[in-house]
Amino acid sequence: MNELVSAVPWLGKRNPMAARWLIIILALAAPIIAWQFGRSWVRILDFALLYMMLALGLNLVVGFAGLLDLGYIAFYAVGAYTFAFLASPHFDVHLPFWIVLPLGAAFAALAGIMLGFPVLRLRGDYLAIVTLGFGEIIRIFMLNLNYPVNITNGPQGINMIDPINLFGWDLSRNLQVTETFSINSLFLYYYFFLLCVAGSILFIQRLQISRVGRAWAAMRDDELAAKAIGINTRNMKLLAFSLGATFGGVAGALFGAFQGFVSPESFSLMESIAVLTMVVFGGMGNIAGAIVGAFVLALLPEILRDVAVPLQQTLFGTVILDPEVLRMLLLSLAMILMMLLRPSGMIPARARYAHAENMKREGAQ
Amino acid sequence: MITLLEARNIGKRFGGLQALTDVSLTIRKGEVYGLIGPNGAGKTTFFNVLTGAYTPDGGEFVFNGSELPAGKPHKIVGRGIARTFQNIRLFRDLTALENVMAGHHVRTKAGVWGILTQNRFTCEEERLTTQRAYELLDYVGIGRFAEVVSKNLSYGDQRRLEIARALATEPQLLALDEPAAGMNATETAQLKLLIEQIRHDGITVMLIEHDVKLVMGLCDRVAVLDFGKKIAEDVPAVVQKNEAVIAAYLGGGKHAH
Amino acid sequence: METLIQQLINGLVIGSVYALIALGYTMVYGILGLINFAHGDVLMVGALTALQTMMFLMGVAPGMSPVYMLTIALMVAIPVCITLGFLMERLAYRRLRNAPRLAPLITAIGMSFLLQTVAMILWGRNYHTFPQLISTTPMQPIEGVFITPVQVIIIAASAAIMIGLSLLVTRTRIGRAMRATAENHRVASLMGVDTNAVIAFTFVVGAALAAVAGVMYASNYGIAHYGMGFMPGLKAFTAAVLGGIGNLGGAMLGGIMLGLVESFGAGYIEHLTFGFLNSSYQDIFAFIILGLVLIFKPTGLLGERVSDRA
Repeated sequence: MNELVSAVPWLGKRNPMAARWLIIILALAAPIIAWQFGRSWVRILDFALLYMMLALGLNLVVGFAGLLDLGYIAFYAVGAYTFAFLASPHFDVHLPFWIVLPLGAAFAALAGIMLGFPVLRLRGDYLAIVTLGFGEIIRIFMLNLNYPVNITNGPQGINMIDPINLFGWDLSRNLQVTETFSINSLFLYYYFFLLCVAGSILFIQRLQISRVGRAWAAMRDDELAAKAIGINTRNMKLLAFSLGATFGGVAGALFGAFQGFVSPESFSLMESIAVLTMVVFGGMGNIAGAIVGAFVLALLPEILRDVAVPLQQTLFGTVILDPEVLRMLLLSLAMILMMLLRPSGMIPARARYAHAENMKREGAQ
Repeated sequence: MITLLEARNIGKRFGGLQALTDVSLTIRKGEVYGLIGPNGAGKTTFFNVLTGAYTPDGGEFVFNGSELPAGKPHKIVGRGIARTFQNIRLFRDLTALENVMAGHHVRTKAGVWGILTQNRFTCEEERLTTQRAYELLDYVGIGRFAEVVSKNLSYGDQRRLEIARALATEPQLLALDEPAAGMNATETAQLKLLIEQIRHDGITVMLIEHDVKLVMGLCDRVAVLDFGKKIAEDVPAVVQKNEAVIAAYLGGGKHAH
Repeated sequence: METLIQQLINGLVIGSVYALIALGYTMVYGILGLINFAHGDVLMVGALTALQTMMFLMGVAPGMSPVYMLTIALMVAIPVCITLGFLMERLAYRRLRNAPRLAPLITAIGMSFLLQTVAMILWGRNYHTFPQLISTTPMQPIEGVFITPVQVIIIAASAAIMIGLSLLVTRTRIGRAMRATAENHRVASLMGVDTNAVIAFTFVVGAALAAVAGVMYASNYGIAHYGMGFMPGLKAFTAAVLGGIGNLGGAMLGGIMLGLVESFGAGYIEHLTFGFLNSSYQDIFAFIILGLVLIFKPTGLLGERVSDRA
């Protein structure tokens, strides 16, 4: 939270308290503002929150531990498919949300460890390619495991996944407050996801300024020196992979339940790259960067879609660049230009050192 | 005198190069032990094998009466051996304080669950780690730079920070690889005081060094390596007069090149 | 027996194409330590440019002989790819030579997707039929074994190019400069080698090879589209690692071997897994091989030591 506060332009440094309240109010009011532009914008905000969770998780692996993972979306897929298997008519199993969600997280973590073990000794760029391969293998299995036994239902994906149900409270139904006033399901999802993101931020921040976070940072800066001061780099890498994967798995399970439908198409390499771009765009190794990157890059293509498509219609009479192309163009350019012009991201990882002040006070007692 | 470390017939080979041949030596508790020799004699290789960065091809180390696990750096650090590097290797993007705190890793236990819940054990451990790190920074004389990102420290301060980080692992044996390299006379004199202080506080020191004056003034005993073999081991005054040593340094003897 | 020989031929054909692409990866990696992720997409640009040229030629000179047409298409595709390779190096990678270690790789990934997107804009999302100018009527050298003239030409041309490249690297002045730069940039430049020029040259040669490989690949499958470079690029990278990255002979060997493994794997996977997996899993072989090589022999088959600068 402190990092986010100090990332607020101008106000963050002058009046952190005001900046903090500004963030909280904006976060709470966002869907209400978005509603004014149409309900699809609330839905887009919901997805933006899921991307934030993904970016936070990937940032843990790439930014904190320095392990470039290009197959991160595979863990999202594991979470989503776990949810789809255990809470849909596909196998006719309907386990409750509070059981499926941890299972999704656990399977994703397991997948993280399974990926982690063989690739532990690889250097940065090799690691990237192998994780990419891992992501593709998972996708190939999702696409083809409908034969000879139908497990994943192939390219069609799995339909009619149970919605999120919090102890009998179904988030997919509008909440009827009074006779005339009801809260749309999209809002319910928004606030629930917001809570999840807030929880993720809290956890990740605690990790970052802990014994484990320091070990990751040490390993990222100089692996040999990290070993020389007694850090078990193998375990620390596995931990980073599995924790990062856990966030992916949780986000995936939420995604499956929210969308009610999963198919291999949602877990393409492009999605891994998109999440990576969010992390890179915001600034590797810092929480505020991941949040801002995810927010901007999840929303921008949608805004472009709204603006650019009609604009092309009026200018050229036809749509030359469809929204999907625009999104790819934006992401790839963002990635290249950020690396060339501002490799530490929009919000460089500086704010982190602020916490040392707090520690000093505590430590001096 | 109690033996702290015993190296038995350590051998290490890189392809066609025999970097270490049957090196045996004994370090006693509480002494400052110098390891000297011409460039390429195998001193740093010895450090790397000792601290687990490389696995030896033969021989073993006995530390505090039991064998060290070969090639397992984190376990060796856990047993009480810490090192610094010839070309300083700090965690560049971390502050001085964070570097030292990271050094305490091996003596702490907090797990993910404790960190996420911030239970009392974790908080207390974190507080002690922080406190200890500040003390160590003061101890090596760079307490005022605690919040400075380590890559921005001066060269001499980086060397000191690396020593503080090594001390944070709570070693019994501190292995310093050319700590005075690149230092001027004043800095070297300060370093000498620091090493003497460390010894005084009960930590055994092993030292690779080229600065002959520093070695002779500081070390209780010295071993000389040449072409991967130990050619002498004694108090500095004796080693200085040893003919094989003189020959090695002057490039004479049977290995003439 | 016939199936066995047939798989062998198929493997050789696709392996030759992998080898040509792998050479580009391995040369750049050898010199810069950079995985040029966008290399596979240069192949795609080569194929689509050639396609565009042929379409144009068919429009203006319908009676032109296929051999001429193919030659002209190549003559257009190669310079286009060379320019592309040169620009990528000059505008992006060169600025990142001293950047933090993940920066060049992330840039290369962005570059790959940028090329795909631009290709998607220029040529659309659809699969295009690639004119098969050289006969694809199978010949039967042995009863039951088929090989098409295209495939014969692919194998022959790849072999010729590889020999030429080996001569270039070992026998010429620029080849010596390349090897010197790969060994040590700074020292090479101190010895008077213009390392910037050498690096640019390496990209250019790699891009030219990719253009040729692109035309071969498209001719063999009769299809071209904006995403066609991705998989062969990835597989060629695997081939380069398998052979020992940075090593030219290794790239060739790795390419051929990967082609064979894939071809035999696809042919027999159904038997091996008792019908559970079928040939739609063909693409995972490359990844599994990549994983295994990196874990058990990261230097590859012909690779030298991987320095870890301890």
